[in-house]
This record gives sequence, structure tokens and C-alpha cells, in this order.
Amino acid sequence: MSESMPIVTSQDVVLARQTVRKLAQETGFGIVDQTKLVTAISELARNAISYGGGGELQWERVSDNGKKGLRLTVADRGPGIADLELAMKDGWTSGSGLGMGLPGAKRLVNDFHITTEVGEGTTVVVTKWK
Amino acid sequence: MERIPILRMGTFLLVTIQIEMDDRIALRLQEDLTSLIEKTGARGVLLDLSALEIVDSFIGRMIGTISAMSRILNAKTVVVGLQPAVAITLVELGIALAGVKTALNVERGMAILQAEDEEDSDLKE
Amino acid sequence: MAAPLRTAAILKKYRADLLKEWTRTLVDGVRNDRRITEEELSAQANEFLTLMDAAAASAGIHEVDGDQWSRVKDFLSGISRSRAIQGFSSDQTAAFIFSFKKPLFDRLRKELSKDPQALADELWAATELIDKLGLHTVKFFQQAREEVITRQQEELLELSTPVVKMWDGILALPMIGTLDSARTQVVMETLLQRIVETGSEMTVIDITGVPTVDTLTAQHLMKTVAAIRMMGADCIISGIRPQIAQTIVHLGVDLEGITTRATLADALALALKRTGFIVSRINENKR
Repeated sequence: MSESMPIVTSQDVVLARQTVRKLAQETGFGIVDQTKLVTAISELARNAISYGGGGELQWERVSDNGKKGLRLTVADRGPGIADLELAMKDGWTSGSGLGMGLPGAKRLVNDFHITTEVGEGTTVVVTKWK
Repeated sequence: MERIPILRMGTFLLVTIQIEMDDRIALRLQEDLTSLIEKTGARGVLLDLSALEIVDSFIGRMIGTISAMSRILNAKTVVVGLQPAVAITLVELGIALAGVKTALNVERGMAILQAEDEEDSDLKE
Repeated sequence: MAAPLRTAAILKKYRADLLKEWTRTLVDGVRNDRRITEEELSAQANEFLTLMDAAAASAGIHEVDGDQWSRVKDFLSGISRSRAIQGFSSDQTAAFIFSFKKPLFDRLRKELSKDPQALADELWAATELIDKLGLHTVKFFQQAREEVITRQQEELLELSTPVVKMWDGILALPMIGTLDSARTQVVMETLLQRIVETGSEMTVIDITGVPTVDTLTAQHLMKTVAAIRMMGADCIISGIRPQIAQTIVHLGVDLEGITTRATLADALALALKRTGFIVSRINENKR
């Protein structure tokens, strides 16, 4: 069962972080895992607004052989990413802030899946297991 | 719009971030800070992030910008109070906070700034 | 189909007898064991029979995957869990259900003595049913046991990796035993928390008691150091054995920028120096 919320304004990013924080707590994640997950969503949500013209956050509680987890999807219908390989390459996240922070966000979660199509948009699905 | 308060502490400025930041607030902070450094001749800026439970690349960029701007105006920046979970996440994210000193709390941060200040004045002599 | 309903009907007809005989076997099996009483066993047996009765009557005994049988299975999971927590073995736990075979088969033989084919079919169906339920019981027992062990490991972990204050502003973390991913993460969090709480700018992580280090663990250690520095503190790693030094080099882990010392004592001396302390001997000649 999945639920969703829009990601259009910077206030939405704040709301998204609060929502994911609460979900992560309910799922039983420790403080560090909560922080990692919320930070990852913060990155993806900001991307959706900055590069994607706004999008949507979906969340779903998942389980696998008794293991509990959270699956979060951030999707936009923006211009898409022209060079996905480059965007996923490390070295694009630095203090000076180039790039979309995708490789970093990937390290904060267990499963990371991104699909993008120029002119169609970008969808990122991340999963974190307890 | 909310504004981040900046306190004067001797020759240093203390910025305590306790609210959610967005582009407008961040920009306003940078403007307020640079104008205050110029006005007061402050030698250092303490960025207190102890209330932040999430520090993402946006905040990381802001810190970098503040640090760079302050340096141009001859003030050093120290980030204090990073929470453990935040530090662990930043390491994982790969954000280096390069060129920015960090300290456990405001007290230590001030000590660092004071020590650097003395060093600088020693060099001048 | 008349045959599958046989077992169900028998469960109903001989309910009282089955309960009595089965309970007696169960009680004999745990005689003198204080962990469980006759009353508890009897109550458990009774509830099981009630659930079995309902399931067999509505869904038959050939398939146990449906909703009707899930209540029976949930009940058995509960029994397994409580047996595991109480410290019973897996065969003692499985005995709960397997000992039901004899009383049931005796009644089946009695009812179907005139029809050998039906008896054979029914015995087969009944034994399959009880075997499936028995396996389910054992599976849940294993799971519950693993949960107990995990919890005990966590408690042991907390005890075996204390963060101690060596001096004002200096913490020490003596690590003992093999470092696995999960453990290192828990330890890392605890250490960072203590650094903040105590305002300690120096930590000595001593790994004298760690026999081997693999790539993942080495990386976790490096990340721990990075996080400590990110917060504005620093650390020294001491007690790196020659073998570990070799492993780290072979793994290509970059120790650049991380201060290391051979012994905890050396590390303490350096930590004191770095935090501005001088240690000097009191002049013993002065009287």
C-alpha cells in the first residue's frame, strides 16, 4: 500500500523530510539510518524541484522474509538527465556543490534504482532495510 | 520571511541555525553576514549547526559559500556542533566541508578562532 | 468426497478422549520440568484441538496453506516462540505436535477398521498434516531462537566495547574480538555520541584485541575517523598488529592522515601532548 505527496515548493521539501522521518521512526530504524534516509530524500526532492520542475514523493512499507523496510520514490516529469553515467559518477559531489548528489544519495540507502528519459522525466526509487 | 539571527561575540559573529533553510533564507543569511562582517570588522564566524538533524548538500554548499565569502573579508569560519548522525551521514555522502574548520561546540570554536587570530597578529609583527 | 471428512469428524467425536490421552503423553514428556505446568500443557492442547477442529471441518486436512489453517499455524508459532524463550530444545518443542499422532491414529484405526483403503488414505493424509504442522513449529522455533541469540549478542556487544574516559578530553575505545560491519557501526555511533556528551577532542581507538580486519571493517574504521574529524575532534589508532598492518596495505586502504601508534601507552602520551598536557615525574629525591 503506497501513499504520496507533491514536491513542488521548498516547503514541500521540509514536509517530505518530516514525513520520511516519521515513517523511518515507525519502521524502527535507528537514528543514524533515519538521518541517512531523510538526507537521501532531501537530496532527491531538491533535485526534483531544481532540475525536474517539481515532482512527487511516494512511499511504501515493504517486507522481505520478515525483514522490514521502506521504499521511497521521487519522480518528476522534467527534462530528464542527458548523461546518466556522468551524473552517477563520483566526484560530482563536493563542497563547491556541482552535480546532483546522486552517487552520495545512493550510498545512504540499500537499493537505488534510477530511470530517466530525456524530455520525459526522472524517477528514483530507493529502499532501506532495517 | 524568517531571518537567521547573528550575534556579536567580541570580534566574532555567532550564527545559530535552528530553522529549515531554503534558497531565500540562505541568500539572506549570506547578505546579512557579509554586511555585518564588513561593518564590525569581525575576524571570525561561528556557524552553530547543533540544532540541525539533517545536513544535505544544499546546506553543505551554503557553508562553503559562507566560508569563501568570509575569507575574502578576512574572517575565518568554524562550523560547530555537528550531531553524530549528521557527521556519519556527511561522511557517507562524501561531502568534505573542505577549507572549513570544525569544533565540538561554540566554546571550542571560539578558542580556535582566537588562536588563529593570535597567530595572524604574530605574523604581522 | 466423504473420505477427507473422516479425520475432521473423528476430531469432533473423540475430542474429550483425544485431549485426555494427548495431554497425558505431553505431561509425561516434561515430567519434573518446572518450566511448564500440567495446566498450561492441558490448556495449550485444548486450544490446539479447538483450532484444528475448526480448520479441518471447514478446509479439510489436505491443504494447510489457506486462511483457515493460518490460525492453527499462528498458534503453533506462539508455542514455538514461548518454548524457545524458555530454553526448551527443538525436539522437545516439536514433541508437542508429533505426540498427537498416536492418539489420533488409534482413533482412526478404530473408526476405519472395516475399510483398509480408507484407513490407509486417511492415515496418510493425517500424517502429512501433522508433519507439515510439525515442520512449521520447528521453523518458528529456529527463528525465535535466533532472535534470542541476536539479542544476547547485542547485550554482549554493549558490554565488550565500552568507551572510557582516559583523561580530561581524552576518550579510549579498546576494541576486542572480531569487528563485523554491524558491530562497528553500533560502536561508531556510541563513540561519537560520547564525544559530544563529554566534549572530548581526542579519542584513542585501540585494536590490540582485534585479530583480523577485512576491507569492510577497515573502511568502517576510516569512516569513523572521518566522522570524528568532521565533528571537530580527532583520534589516534593504536595497537595495529603487524598482520593487520599488512592486511591494510594489501587491501589498498589509505591510512594517510590518520595518526597511529603501536601501543595504547604511546597513543595516550601523544593524546596528552596534543591536548596540551605535560606529564612529569615528581622529584623523589626531594625530602
